[in-house]
Amino acid sequence: MKYQIIFICLLLVDGLYGQSLSGDVLIKNGTVLTITNGIKENTDVLIQNGKIKSIGEGLSAGDNVRVIDADGMYVMPGIIDAHSHAGIDVVNEASAPNTAEVFVGDAINPYSVSIYRALAGGVSVSHAMHGSANAIGGQCETMKHHYGEEDPETYKMVGAPRTIKFALGENPMRVHGEGNGIQPKSRMGIEQVFRKAFSEAQEYQKAWKTYKSGGTRVAPKLDLRKQTLVDIINGEIIIHCHSYRADEILMLMNVLKDYGVDKICFQHVNEGFKVAPELAAFGAHASVFADWWAYKFEVYYSTAYNAAILTRNNVITSINSDSGELIRHLYHEAGKTQKYGDLTDNEALRLITLHPAIQLGIDERVGSLEVGKDGDVAIFNKHPLSIYAVAQYTLVDGLVRFDINEDPADVRLDVNPDEKIPAFHEIDAHDHHRCMEGVFEELFSHH
Amino acid sequence: MNSINKIKENMRNGAYIISAIVLFLSLSISVHSQRVAKSEAGSFLLKGGTLVTVSDGTFQSDLLIKDGKIASIGEALPAGDATVIDCTGKFVYPGLIDSGTSLGLREVGSVSLTSDHSEIGDFIPHMEALTAVNPNAVAIPVTRVNGITSAIVKPSGGTFPGTAALINLHGYTPQQMFAGYKAVIMNFPSTGKRGWRDSRSEEDIKKDADKALKNLNETWRKVKLYAKIDSASVAGRKSKDGYNPSMDAMLEVARGNRHLMIEVNKKVDIESAIKWVTDNKLNAILTGVKEGYRIADKIAEAGIPVITGPVMSIPSRQSDKYDIAYANAGKMRAAGVKVALRTDKYENVRNLPYEAGFAATYGMGTDEALRAITLSPAEMFGVDDQIGSLSAGKLANVFVSDGDPFETRTDILHLFIGGWKVPLESRHTLLYEEFLERDPGVKE
Repeated sequence: MKYQIIFICLLLVDGLYGQSLSGDVLIKNGTVLTITNGIKENTDVLIQNGKIKSIGEGLSAGDNVRVIDADGMYVMPGIIDAHSHAGIDVVNEASAPNTAEVFVGDAINPYSVSIYRALAGGVSVSHAMHGSANAIGGQCETMKHHYGEEDPETYKMVGAPRTIKFALGENPMRVHGEGNGIQPKSRMGIEQVFRKAFSEAQEYQKAWKTYKSGGTRVAPKLDLRKQTLVDIINGEIIIHCHSYRADEILMLMNVLKDYGVDKICFQHVNEGFKVAPELAAFGAHASVFADWWAYKFEVYYSTAYNAAILTRNNVITSINSDSGELIRHLYHEAGKTQKYGDLTDNEALRLITLHPAIQLGIDERVGSLEVGKDGDVAIFNKHPLSIYAVAQYTLVDGLVRFDINEDPADVRLDVNPDEKIPAFHEIDAHDHHRCMEGVFEELFSHH
Repeated sequence: MNSINKIKENMRNGAYIISAIVLFLSLSISVHSQRVAKSEAGSFLLKGGTLVTVSDGTFQSDLLIKDGKIASIGEALPAGDATVIDCTGKFVYPGLIDSGTSLGLREVGSVSLTSDHSEIGDFIPHMEALTAVNPNAVAIPVTRVNGITSAIVKPSGGTFPGTAALINLHGYTPQQMFAGYKAVIMNFPSTGKRGWRDSRSEEDIKKDADKALKNLNETWRKVKLYAKIDSASVAGRKSKDGYNPSMDAMLEVARGNRHLMIEVNKKVDIESAIKWVTDNKLNAILTGVKEGYRIADKIAEAGIPVITGPVMSIPSRQSDKYDIAYANAGKMRAAGVKVALRTDKYENVRNLPYEAGFAATYGMGTDEALRAITLSPAEMFGVDDQIGSLSAGKLANVFVSDGDPFETRTDILHLFIGGWKVPLESRHTLLYEEFLERDPGVKE
């Protein structure tokens, strides 16, 4: 009986982490945009067991391996979105300025069609983020878009570093200062939320060290909130910080210097262009919108040339969506950097492939087409920076998760028998960013 | 002597101070990116470009701009006193028209006191969008440098939120910007959900919509009656007393001389709206029309034009195919519906060519998509004698590009609105120039 249970468990584990999440594919005769190693015409990409086995001419695979004819098509790495809220049930734990302990991975919704729609835009990986209600919001999850799987755990990108959402400026000020009458009500207060959290974490770490070295006999009270900040100080978690204004960006870098923290990617960072030299000097990354501005005061002095200025100042920059619509055409958003700042094709494509991978700490695995990397691939019928490009196939770990020729009429995995035709929504809340979702919805439906 | 010298010295210091202030002011102007350069008036000869006329095909030709108009199109036009602009290898397009925006009505989205697009009340068609257009809105130069030269600015809110106007994106007063077309906006009663948190049951939604339609019909009965009384009073048969601005704003609509722009999106609602328009013999344009593809033949049969967009949006139902919002405009056009596109934005109206590009890609085709942001709306609004194509005698709303304006790699090289040569500057370009190579850089 005991052995039977173990056997069943092994079967289950095999079902979850085994073959079902990776596959073999041979992509023939495409124009391969490797990102890190130039453009290769009439080239094949062979994926075995979910990994890129080889890139070259005239490759062949076993009889049972699916072959995709990419003649006349463009083969690029699966697009990566460093800022998304697609496929998660809740966004904000807006109950305190610091909720470092909460985890977006606990709220993955595998039935969300927004994941499929992202795949249809060539996106294979997204960073499912906590919202921006709190200065320290919560931990995020880097997801592989295994749409079709029903176990939320299968979406987790195993081995991806931990990340956490921080937020500066108007959103935490509005929610806590204006909304709840507590600090922070200003950018002064926000600085002190971080200083307090990091200082308390240092005290907490010291207390545990004292206890473990026999200095005290009573263990400190376990505190996951403080422990999370300790993990940040120890370099185990990458900060992704919602930010807009130049002053607040400088503020956070100064705070981080004081606590010895150096892994940070500023998100949105609309005024990053004003402090691009400082960002570069710190080694901070930037993940920006292509052209969003003016939706609130802190983005009124923006420029669509932000990504180009940051790139020219040697800041590792990506373009993200923060939107269920934008995630569907990040290739187009990247193309806008050619209008606004004349980035080259490869520079523009890096903004949605290698750079977000670096920012999420997963560039050893994804973000370019190289032997040994994950079999995450997007195939377009035209050059992906052209407005006329349409994604034809999106592969995740060597499995075809989107195929335009087999696009079902209805992709839902769960159909409510009482609502065969789902409701028509006049205003799609998911159309826009969801950073402030769950916080005074009706009053603050903006970013 | 001493005292005179002192005065002289003080004066000199004063002069230094004044020149220092002048220098400081000029520096601070150049640093703050608040303004764009002035437009230039005059005659311009666009020489040797490929003219994408929209109305008469695409061919290589010169185009002369004079007195605010396209004076002539032809080969080897004499320059006269016109400034010659070499357009060899470049493309000349008519200025693009966005058929639904709140450009100039909203400045900063989340700051309500900077927003003038929505007023209190459910029947307020006399609220004039044109009144509240800020000619100096920062978003206007940001928009036009991408080739958009005209836009419908519209109020939003209740059933009759006000009157929309067509403007050209150049001028110092709303009147200078006005492009000769107005329409009354109406929101048709909806049986769709308002948002993801709308928890009303199907029955309750139906009940609410039925009630709203009943109210609408009652309003319409009054409008027709008011129009009758008004006609009688104009003819001197009756006297019409009192101040009734909302009813007055409906008179031209009731008489069929002014469009009613009816926002309606769900299939069954579009069906009801078509019936309502037909029954009341109205001159209407349907706007939004997200599920138009499901009933395109009926819209075409009714002969009602459509303004749809934003194209880049999420399907309205969880079960919809992923690309249906992109394909909707093309499907309606293919069924014979007259289609114009809109962004429905205030800050990013500049993306209109990309909205059209997506429509083009997902079935509409480049020519039809271009028409949907140029000549089709101009015809719809009855201003095709003024704008919408490259044709002699029309207003010189023209831009020159180095390629297909739907492509993001294409740059706009010259822009003319009403014959004014508009500088290609906006807050966005000025901040780029200031910060690309910041000086001082990092201070150690």
